[in-house]
Amino acid sequence: MAALINVPSKARRGDTIEIRTLTSHIMETGFRHTADGTLVPRDIITSFTCRYNGTEIFRADLFPAIAANPYLSFFTVAKESGKLEFEWIGDNGYSSTASASITVE
Amino acid sequence: MPTTRRQFLSLAGSVTVAGTIPIVTLRPLEATPAMLNPAIRNVVGEAQIRTGKVKLDIPPLVENGNTVPMTVSVASPMTANDYVKSIHIFNEKNPQPNIGNFYLGPSSGRAQVSTRIRLADTQKVVAIARLSDDTFWQVAADIVVTLAACTEEMN
Repeated sequence: MAALINVPSKARRGDTIEIRTLTSHIMETGFRHTADGTLVPRDIITSFTCRYNGTEIFRADLFPAIAANPYLSFFTVAKESGKLEFEWIGDNGYSSTASASITVE
Repeated sequence: MPTTRRQFLSLAGSVTVAGTIPIVTLRPLEATPAMLNPAIRNVVGEAQIRTGKVKLDIPPLVENGNTVPMTVSVASPMTANDYVKSIHIFNEKNPQPNIGNFYLGPSSGRAQVSTRIRLADTQKVVAIARLSDDTFWQVAADIVVTLAACTEEMN
């Protein structure tokens, strides 16, 4: 699925950088009914993980109270050049990944 | 002397301002609805929760509860010995009390997380941070919601 990742392409060693992620997902709460009264089953992303060169630096448990198309912004210290990997896991076997590279000088 | 239009408007304006102030002020923590406390205890256990250190940036009045921007930050040096382990967000009146759990570490650099949340009603949102010494700190904010999220009918 489509994901938007915003990571600075370059950073100085030791800088604190902001990472922003947005992914497209309906985040159906499981509390809504259709007009004829049937419950719409829950379909949400339950977990998000960010790894920096293989090491987990940020993780989130998401609940139905997270808005559709989950947006997350968090920080990390730029330690070394490499790759940031993002993973979203959800209901009904949902899984999505994205990555971004960063050059640390 | 008859009231001029200018006097009337300034009086009406000040009444409106006075009327909205209680909405935007942070009220001290009070007894919370049934589901909130067990949800918090589920995360915190028996530990004492202190007020402070945590900052919750959220609009005091939102028109649409379907997407409410929210930023939580914790005053912490984020060093190897003193950092924020996790941040937990709860609500009072959605069908479910949890909003999100965020796990950080000393390599986070800054203890700040932003996301967008849903609010089903005018209610209180509570943010709790767990520090590396396993103390818990919290803050609460009241939000007025005019259009509710979560439970509306699907079209």
